[in-house]
Amino acid sequence: MPVEIDIAHVARLARLKLDDQDLETYREQLGVILDHAAKVQSLEGEPQVESAHPLGLENVYREDKKRPSLDRDEVLSQAPEARDGYFVVPPALESGE
Amino acid sequence: MSYEPVIGIEVHVELATESKMFCGCDVSFGSPPNTNVCPVCLGLPGALPVANRRAIESIMAIGLAFNCEVSSRSVFHRKNYFYADLPKNYQISQFDIPVCHDGYLDVVVDGETRRIGIERAHMEEDTGKSTHIGEGGRIHSAETTLLDFNRSGVPLVEIVSKPDIRSAAESRAYAQSLRSIVAELGVSDARLEEGSIRFDANVSVRPTGAEEFGTKVEVKNMNSFRSLERAVDFEIRRQIDLLESGGTVVQETRHWDEEADVTHSMRTKEGSSDYRYFTEPDLVPMVMGADWVDQVRSTLPELPSERRRRYVGLGLDDDLAGVLSDADVALREIFDESVAAGATPKPAALWLTGEVTAWLRREEKDSSSLELDGSTLAELIAIVDEGVVSASAAKEVLEGVLEGEGSPREVAESRDLVQISDTSALESVVADVLASNPEAVESYRSGEQKVVGFLVGQVMRATQGKADPKMVNELLRTALSA
Repeated sequence: MPVEIDIAHVARLARLKLDDQDLETYREQLGVILDHAAKVQSLEGEPQVESAHPLGLENVYREDKKRPSLDRDEVLSQAPEARDGYFVVPPALESGE
Repeated sequence: MSYEPVIGIEVHVELATESKMFCGCDVSFGSPPNTNVCPVCLGLPGALPVANRRAIESIMAIGLAFNCEVSSRSVFHRKNYFYADLPKNYQISQFDIPVCHDGYLDVVVDGETRRIGIERAHMEEDTGKSTHIGEGGRIHSAETTLLDFNRSGVPLVEIVSKPDIRSAAESRAYAQSLRSIVAELGVSDARLEEGSIRFDANVSVRPTGAEEFGTKVEVKNMNSFRSLERAVDFEIRRQIDLLESGGTVVQETRHWDEEADVTHSMRTKEGSSDYRYFTEPDLVPMVMGADWVDQVRSTLPELPSERRRRYVGLGLDDDLAGVLSDADVALREIFDESVAAGATPKPAALWLTGEVTAWLRREEKDSSSLELDGSTLAELIAIVDEGVVSASAAKEVLEGVLEGEGSPREVAESRDLVQISDTSALESVVADVLASNPEAVESYRSGEQKVVGFLVGQVMRATQGKADPKMVNELLRTALSA
């Protein structure tokens, strides 16, 4: 397998708790995917289109105009827990940003 | 060993658009929680973002104001991480092709101009706002977290400086000038207290003369210029102490604790690769052609560096031009009006940056509420030139004008500050003073010329300071030599 994967690190980033057997399974599966990606990357020649934007569109914008938002009660009714207009989630000690 | 601090500053600027970056929700500050939300900014599956044109034009304006190059082509990326205030689990941001790059900002610190490089300015979206509640209201003992997504998706520009800053004072000066330019561009409210402009500092230290950078620490949570300066200062000292005592600096994010005056470790910083950036497939590339860039450039207001040159052209020296250039917009407008009304630029600038600014500080008033226009200032300068009031009485006239007592001439009259320039009136005061000070007259006649100063003082006292001292001096000498 050409690509070494630190599968435990990937699992940690994805906040997944995996046992050793799962880790091994995913390492193999991800390896096959990365192997395939490496093959695509090795193709000769410049790509004809940007793979992330195959439509060739550019400069698509909206004008800076307000539009109505959703009804709050409806929004919060989808949440497992809500209080005083807020979503309630378990405490987090680490800040992402 | 002596150490040199190396500092870079990241500034997040919330743009003052009407609607959010990728959806039509209102961006106004202070709405009830979760009332300005929709499928896009709540990250509901299948929702598609479309970029706000005005936000893109605002970041172009910011880049141009900081002498950046605007990329001819730019794309959005997804920055992946898990945090509850980020409902999509990724932030739409930019990675390798920001909208603007390679600019600079000239900052004046202790009378010296320092050029601080700007690495990049990129477009992204703000996150939601989390409130941690629990015992003591402190983050470490939070029991639960409340989320408000009104801020989620508000257009945010991140401006990243090069590691060109060398002190806490320079950090503050950089942040202050950056804020004033952004406010002047009108692209953001730029209010620190509302969080519409936020500063993070990357601080490291290295032995003086070393080429290589030390390990950097990111310091967050500074909500005023003062706390930015103190946090950077603290962090420089902490790192030097650590190295001096044989320790090593760990790459991490630290949180500035305003009350305790220290930084606390928050987490080990994730490396860029941990964010697994990839191109945002839901947004198409942006192409900023020369026409578009020129059109944005034509909307820019006069920038501080240009303004400074213009003031020097009007005859102000460099220092005064700099001070006035950094003054509030209201004061600068009064200056321009007064010059148009015929005032000599230098005294106009001196009045505004001196007495007027001091009065505002004393009265704790904002310059935008000033009851002073350019022609009034021109009149004040004129009555000093004409000798109607003395230079010192003019300060009192100004105070009366600022307190709404009328025009400079009216205040000079009503506060009884008009100089006595009627020669015959002054001559009789001079005669009285000479008559009641025979010893002084005697010493003058025996060669003690400097006694004139004392006699001038006596005349000024007798006229409650309303006499023109130059005229008094002449009249005294004439009378004494008679």
